[in-house]
Amino acid sequence: MSQKYLLEMRGICKSFPGVKALQNVELQLESGEVHALLGENGAGKSTLIKVLGGIYHAEEGEIYIDGDKVNIDGVPAARKAGIAIVHQELVLVPYMTVAENIFLGRELGGKLNTNISAMEKETQALLDEFNLGIRADQKVASLSIAQQQMVEIAKAISANSRILVLDEPTSSISDKEVDFLFRTMKGLTAKGVGIIYISHKMSELFDICDRVTVMRDGQTVGTKVVAETNKDELVALMVGRELTNYYTRDYLPQGEEILRVEHISDGKLCKDASFELHKNEIIGFAGLVGSGRSEAMKALFGLTPGSTGDVYVGGTKVVIKTPIDALKYNIALVPESRKTEGLYGVQSVRFNTTIEVLKEFLSKGHLNAAKEEEITERFIKMMNTKTPSHEQTIQNLSGGNQQKVLIGRWLATSPTILILDEPTRGVDVGAKAEIYSIMNELVKEGLAIIMISSELPEILNMSDRIYVMQEGKVVGCLGHEEATQERIMQLAAR
Amino acid sequence: MSRFGKGVGRYFKDNLGILIALAAMVAFLCLFPTTSKTFPTQKNMFNILRQNSTNLFLACGMTMVIILGGIDLSVGSIIALSGVMAAACVVNYGMPEVLGFTVAVLVGVVVGLVNGFVISFTTIPPFIVTLATMNITKGIALVYTNGAPIRCMTDAFKFPGAGYVGPIPTPVIFMIIVFLISLFIMNRTHLGRHIYAVGGNAMAAEFSGINVKKVKFFVHAYEGLMAGLAGMVIASRLYSGQPTAGDGAEMDAIAAVVVGGTSMAGGSGKLGGTLIGVLIIGILNNGLNLMGVDSNFQYIVKGMVILLAVYTDFLRNRKKGR
Repeated sequence: MSQKYLLEMRGICKSFPGVKALQNVELQLESGEVHALLGENGAGKSTLIKVLGGIYHAEEGEIYIDGDKVNIDGVPAARKAGIAIVHQELVLVPYMTVAENIFLGRELGGKLNTNISAMEKETQALLDEFNLGIRADQKVASLSIAQQQMVEIAKAISANSRILVLDEPTSSISDKEVDFLFRTMKGLTAKGVGIIYISHKMSELFDICDRVTVMRDGQTVGTKVVAETNKDELVALMVGRELTNYYTRDYLPQGEEILRVEHISDGKLCKDASFELHKNEIIGFAGLVGSGRSEAMKALFGLTPGSTGDVYVGGTKVVIKTPIDALKYNIALVPESRKTEGLYGVQSVRFNTTIEVLKEFLSKGHLNAAKEEEITERFIKMMNTKTPSHEQTIQNLSGGNQQKVLIGRWLATSPTILILDEPTRGVDVGAKAEIYSIMNELVKEGLAIIMISSELPEILNMSDRIYVMQEGKVVGCLGHEEATQERIMQLAAR
Repeated sequence: MSRFGKGVGRYFKDNLGILIALAAMVAFLCLFPTTSKTFPTQKNMFNILRQNSTNLFLACGMTMVIILGGIDLSVGSIIALSGVMAAACVVNYGMPEVLGFTVAVLVGVVVGLVNGFVISFTTIPPFIVTLATMNITKGIALVYTNGAPIRCMTDAFKFPGAGYVGPIPTPVIFMIIVFLISLFIMNRTHLGRHIYAVGGNAMAAEFSGINVKKVKFFVHAYEGLMAGLAGMVIASRLYSGQPTAGDGAEMDAIAAVVVGGTSMAGGSGKLGGTLIGVLIIGILNNGLNLMGVDSNFQYIVKGMVILLAVYTDFLRNRKKGR
């Protein structure tokens, strides 16, 4: 071997029944670098990480650490080899303390007399090192998502790991917390830890990563030094073609007002939000996590009992107490969290598409199955959803395709006002571009869209006007010509 | 007609494992020397159906409850109380039998409504709620009767459980009606879809404007109704209201549902599978009796069959999932 890498994966192959998930994948990680792993959903990143973590066993290929071949045949072996993985979904036990979580599975003390105070002491030292402001004896359930994320990371490195894998760590935390995470990462690399960083957010990659390996269809298609590449090149590598128009948006003259919301409040996170929406436009909602954007929309949609404020649809004052009322006024909401608020995971694409419009094919006990298939087919076509069949279980589709089915579900209700809460979260680049282009088409056909997004480029490139929320209040509205990242952040931050 | 053909094909494909198990069991009982004469007779077939009709009532409701992500432990006790009330109305209060039976069914509905009310309006898990109502209901039956059965031997009282319509036992007719109604609810109504939706993801259902409370309310009331019906049929078959009738009935119903392929996690499952589950458990009991297997030993065999069926299902799903 010419050069000694901290970690080298060579010729990794792994297949599942019917799919070759990984073919001859190569990855080299140097000590002290942050190495980005980039690729669309389904490109094989997670599978590769699971092979590294000992969750899957590769059929072919070798793994070397410090030039020595290692055999990772299970999670304990990976741990012993100094590999720690922070998975995308948090895997902490909410009703246990931080210390108990960090030492889960390797508790101190004897089997029958766990030494809790020693565990808490060690945990506290670790937390203080990160300056986290968390106590070791706090229940995890009482922490914010970002804090939980940091606990996960602390847990990962507490085992003296030298190889740290972070799988989309920033998908649920705010910019301020991202900053903090990045500083922590820099501290770790300075100590010689190698970090594999998976993210869909291209901008982060240029902020924090040294090198990047791009995967596509289960293969590695290239490794670049971040400083010597650019976004367009990486995107082209990821999708295997040039994406000329990532954002598609034809701005139209402002139509008549179709929705006006005055001083809406849910009494908790959303304190005072007022805004209006016109035909043929997309309004964006920007703000930090917890600024009350989703809550404002939930209150508008009738999901929060006891919320106050006035809503006018087409100039007439209306009362929306439940989602049924909202649907009556042709308002549709595609919620933020696909898995918990949207999908019927174990059910088919068909079931998930048609659940809102049962009346169209199921009445008085008569099921018009052909009509149901037709509706399903119409929205699969319209959204360009990739699914093997109508009966495919939806949780086996990629995130992008799941999202397309969900948007289709709500479009089936023929809304005039469509609220999209984080429409591209966890959606791969190709599908993102498609969703943008569909939004553009819908607006041209007369729909009005409210989009909440934490991705500023998305907000800036898709919105006619941008409302910024801070601490539960709308603090400003910018037209798309005047809006910049800086101006939005100035308004959004305290 | 082709759509019907497609439906049948799908039914076979979806339930292949348990259908094979059922067919194997039937074939074995038809060929095994000690049962080959007694098992495949019309009398024995009707016997199996009669004995298992009440389990099908319970299992139909239980399928909905389990798809909803819950469980109902109170059905066995409802059988006891509603049977006791049916007999008591006739014997102690001199009511006509029809009125007694109506009271029996209403008792089931009332307990079901109590279950549904508590489960919809609190966050207490259905397991706990129905565990409580199971004890309360059983207690009422025992207190009312002082532990002794109320005998009622009139012909009209015997009709729903022990009678015949033409050559067909009355409970078999009930069983067919109940199954068709349940099938209709699950496959042909909005409510049916909503049950799958609430069980699959209650929050998504709420976001979709589905009245989650109403769905829960209905399903538990329906299961109460099923248990009330079962109580009526069993009391009639035994010519008496017995406070110990229906002991363990909830477990047979749950077993049939689970063997039928409905997931305890909620959100998916089919009544068609439940029907096969009921038949498997019914024929198993019948076969073991015909073979003269000691009744104590039968529990062990039944348990092993349930475990085997569920394990096979797990293996099939694992292959499908990944």
